Amino acid sequence: MTAFLSSINYNAWIVPALLLLPVFGAVGLWAHALLTAKAPADRRWREVRILAFAFFLAEALLSLGLWWSIDPAAAGWQAAVDLPWIPQWGVRFSVGLDGIAMMLVLLTTLMMPLAVLGSWTSIRTKPHAYYVMLLFLTVGMLGVFVALDLVLFYVMWEIMLVPMYLIIGVWGGERRLYAAIKFFIYTMIGSLLMLVAILYLGSEASRVAGAPNFSYDFILSNVRLDPTTTLWLFGAFALAFAVKVPMFPFHTWLPDAHVEAPTAGSVILAAIMLKMGTFGFIRFALPLFPSAAMNPAVRSLIIALAVIGIVYGALVAMVQPDFKKLVAYSSVSHLGFVMLGIFSLTVESMQGALMVNINHGVSTGALFLLVGMLYERRHTRMIEDYGGIAKVVPIFATILTIVSLSSIGVPGTNGFIGEFLVLVGSYKTQPVATVISATAVIFAAAYLLWSLQRIIYNKLSKPENATIRDLNWREIGLLVPLLIAIVWMGVYPKPVLEKTEAAARRLVTYVEASANRVPVSASNTAR
Amino acid sequence: MNPAMIPEGAHPLAATVARLVWLLPLLPLLGFLINGTLAMLGVAKIGPADPSANGGHGHGEVPGHADEHAHDDHGHPPRHKFAKIVSLVGPGVLVAAFALAVAIFAAMRGVEMEHPYLLTLFSWMPVGDLKLDATILLDPLSMTMVMVVTGVGMLIHVFSVGYMQDDPGYPRYFAYLNLFVFFMLLLVLGGSYPLLFVGWEGVGLCSYLLIGFWFSEKANADAGKKAFIMNRIGDFGFLVAMLLMFANFGTLDILGVAEQAAELPMGGVIATTIALFLFLGCTGKSAQIPLYTWLPDAMAGPTPVSALIHAATMVTAGVYLVARASGIFSMAPVAQLTVALVGAATAFFAATIGLKQWDIKKVLAYSTVSQLGYMFVAVGVGAYVAGIFHLVTHAFFKALLFLGSGSVIYVLHAAYHKTHNHDDAQDMRNMGGLRQYMPITFSLMWIATLAIAGIPLFSGFFSKDEILTSVFARISHSTLADASLLGMPGGTVLMIVYGLAVASALMTAIYMARMMLYTFHGPNRTGEGERPHLKEAPWVMTGPLVVLGALTAFGGWLNVPALLGAIGPVGGLEHFLEPVVGEAALRTTLGVAPHLPHSTELMLVGAAIFIAVAGIAFAVWRLKPAALVPRKDAPESTGIDRVLENKYFVDEGYAAAFVNPTVNASRTVLWKGFDAGIIDGLFVNGSALLARAFGWMGSQLQTGQVGTYAWVLLIGVITLLGAFTFR
Repeated sequence: MTAFLSSINYNAWIVPALLLLPVFGAVGLWAHALLTAKAPADRRWREVRILAFAFFLAEALLSLGLWWSIDPAAAGWQAAVDLPWIPQWGVRFSVGLDGIAMMLVLLTTLMMPLAVLGSWTSIRTKPHAYYVMLLFLTVGMLGVFVALDLVLFYVMWEIMLVPMYLIIGVWGGERRLYAAIKFFIYTMIGSLLMLVAILYLGSEASRVAGAPNFSYDFILSNVRLDPTTTLWLFGAFALAFAVKVPMFPFHTWLPDAHVEAPTAGSVILAAIMLKMGTFGFIRFALPLFPSAAMNPAVRSLIIALAVIGIVYGALVAMVQPDFKKLVAYSSVSHLGFVMLGIFSLTVESMQGALMVNINHGVSTGALFLLVGMLYERRHTRMIEDYGGIAKVVPIFATILTIVSLSSIGVPGTNGFIGEFLVLVGSYKTQPVATVISATAVIFAAAYLLWSLQRIIYNKLSKPENATIRDLNWREIGLLVPLLIAIVWMGVYPKPVLEKTEAAARRLVTYVEASANRVPVSASNTAR
Repeated sequence: MNPAMIPEGAHPLAATVARLVWLLPLLPLLGFLINGTLAMLGVAKIGPADPSANGGHGHGEVPGHADEHAHDDHGHPPRHKFAKIVSLVGPGVLVAAFALAVAIFAAMRGVEMEHPYLLTLFSWMPVGDLKLDATILLDPLSMTMVMVVTGVGMLIHVFSVGYMQDDPGYPRYFAYLNLFVFFMLLLVLGGSYPLLFVGWEGVGLCSYLLIGFWFSEKANADAGKKAFIMNRIGDFGFLVAMLLMFANFGTLDILGVAEQAAELPMGGVIATTIALFLFLGCTGKSAQIPLYTWLPDAMAGPTPVSALIHAATMVTAGVYLVARASGIFSMAPVAQLTVALVGAATAFFAATIGLKQWDIKKVLAYSTVSQLGYMFVAVGVGAYVAGIFHLVTHAFFKALLFLGSGSVIYVLHAAYHKTHNHDDAQDMRNMGGLRQYMPITFSLMWIATLAIAGIPLFSGFFSKDEILTSVFARISHSTLADASLLGMPGGTVLMIVYGLAVASALMTAIYMARMMLYTFHGPNRTGEGERPHLKEAPWVMTGPLVVLGALTAFGGWLNVPALLGAIGPVGGLEHFLEPVVGEAALRTTLGVAPHLPHSTELMLVGAAIFIAVAGIAFAVWRLKPAALVPRKDAPESTGIDRVLENKYFVDEGYAAAFVNPTVNASRTVLWKGFDAGIIDGLFVNGSALLARAFGWMGSQLQTGQVGTYAWVLLIGVITLLGAFTFR
């Protein structure tokens, strides 16, 4: 495989290709809209979804080569491309991957076709616009993971907002406008400060270089800031990312956005967009400002918020009457684990955090898909409207059970590996926070098993539930890859862990070393 | 001596059938996959391509879809269409696994088992300093457990073929049961604590699925959920123990941890903390105070499940864990005393509840909790062999008791079924006099009762006596006697433990005799119409009972005490397990094997026998089965009876103290108060409101009235001038 990929020079063109293909897709869909303008709406809808799916599938297949072509142990950026973009401002189209980014790119490209299949029958109004939005969203999300120029990163970061805003606002539920605006403004406020910080970094860089420069690598190795400035800049970046994660107490946009978004929107939000926040901490906030991130006060604050998020998210999830909201709050809890793992700064905890990142994408994505399938049949998300449907829809019930168990973190599923590694690694540097976080294993079981019982077990007391039809082949087919991922990463996580090991180790060593070199306050904090 | 250093191929077992040990868990896993697939094929009806088109409003008519698999109380459902192949695969994989286990056992007897046999299957979690492999650890201790799990498991699988034959969920049942055996074998064969934990949680998952097997009843689904969550509280302890191990030892391999633990100071904080957190895990899995309440509720599952999971195997995992981690526990006398005391208190407490239960399975459930307490007393005082010995004999006699009660319930249920009566088939007040209808079950259950009560020469006598003697022997001259728990000298604690254990033995004899008297003796209270239908269960069910009966009667032969050396080989199990737990056991007894004078030992044995006989005699003397009335005619009980029947209201207490406050606070304070109220209401929407308010004020200024503008302009000018003038 590797030989074949290098024979076609895969690494040289794959990243731009992945960014361009969705754009072509959008153009193709637009052309289809124009050409079939007079055709019956039903036919147009049937055709455009196939067309869109074909593009997403092509994107996914195209990206698969990364698994072999990227050398995770290599020190430099892989599949890197560096072209001038806006020379006057020193902005370059500079992209590249390491093991961490590669896993997230794959998560994105592989989840997108599933999300499209998940909204196969539920989105019938303005289907062209809908799929074009999904395609643009893909560009933005992939761009964030591959960008190596701070301005490029910021542009991609903001590009994501618009399609998601429209997806929620146009194709969402009853309170879609409130949710969409809340999502937009929340995220926007966070990222505006980041823009200021990026501009400041750029001006510092141009002072050193003598010419405008926003290159990640250049800033990383050449820009030296005084401690106070570092703190401020870290704060600006951290706020943008914390909203996106979302960290307690900046999480309240998430339940609304999730509940109101259509299925594909919820899946993408949970599986991919929340990862932007944690990825931002890993790629930017930590390496660029190690002394600020490892400042005892800052670090304790973030760890504390992470732990609060873990427990608080689980407790609030437990009492939600709306299943989608329950899953949304469970995300707050899971992402708390990622933050704990990142800021505990050990190789094990970092690897665990990356693993939870992927797992959460798979398991929570699957949960939202399942909720969507149920909603399409019964048009309610309220847990109390169900009960006893395991007898009516056994396939659905079986898959929901497996996915819930993975979300609970039962050993043998992917969920366990991530949580376990985070806890084992974090205990070394943050024992108290870790032990408190470990109580989440109890609460997670409580909220998911309780809702599981009220949905699929108990007596089938509502006659309207007796006629729900079980999953069809399309739905089973789109869930099976996720189930395979759940078991595979639970039983044999080594291949995935290997991909990110070197990058995680480099990050931990680098941040530890840099934080010690530029002590901000009284003492170093890495130990 | 460093067992971890022995290369894989060099072990004497590597050249034998033991290298196939990985097949042991794989066989039941295969059974699970086959039965699970059949279960899905049996019920699955693929939905229409467009889910929103047909059932769009949820009111579409799809006749008969839901009722097809509902459990019909009155009809005679035909056997499941895959019943034949499931009956072959389900028990078949267990027979194969047991045969393999016997072969490996034979191979193990043929070699010198000084070091455990380690077989690494694949690299599992290689991360940073953590080098976790999927490794199987085969040593005498895991071998003993494997024999119990596959042997007793096989018998219970066979019994299930009869017991579950009419159930519409037949393949699903065997799928879960096979999966359980897979995880249980993983638990006992796992070579590292995380791998053991995979099995540990996996059996809990299967327990959850099987307790809630008939999930359409809310009570059953509740019981399953309760079991899982209570277990998870314990698992939290296990998890924290692993965190501590990795932080302090840098490894999570069982052998590596044991090696490092030996270097710790005796009674140090690290060993004690790790041991106590591990024990928290045990209290969940093995239903000890304070986490025992799930086990009686777990009786909601099918009775063979109660026999296999909630009596013979899974619930003993905690005992196994303490023995497995004996290297840590033996360095922490305070933790050991805690284990022994909690075990003894649980044994006593559960026995008192067992005295007053009417449901035959509840009696056995509390009896199990009580007997597990006994095992913890043993492993707590460092008598690991005695604990494992009791684990084995208990697996025999308690499986027999549960399966026997299962036969009784099966027969009663069938009789009620035929007469369309809805009485309770598990309430002993609806039984009585069954000995004339079910003579084989009757005699076998009496054998088990005599064994659990501790009547000489039955298996339970040997193991129970060994536990009591071990406790007594450690009251002086042991690390335990030198330590102290909560200010109380260790010797005193052990005396309390001994007293509680003896008292529990007495109550055990009483409640077991009571159960037998009410079930099998006296007049029959089932009902006129049902009586002709009462008869022995089919042979597929009675057969396994006979095998268990033989094991119950003669299982004591496994580890005969020196005192009775005339009847068989002395200390068989002791010698077998010596390489695993010998060192840790000697550590507790300060390097010398505990020895009691012959006269003392004889006196202790005599007292134990007296207590067993006295308990049974008391029950026969005081209890009058003839005076009982069927359940529907029985009056409400009062006073202490009511307290015991309601299990001291512990469940209600837990609900009031922990569950309800957590749920209510989460709802009113955290969600509605903080999340929706403060963050969203005050900050998010509040700031939006503020922005809108400023906007509104601004808009009010722009009235378009030139007069107003002129006034504002004038005020502004005056203010500015004033400001400059009075500067």
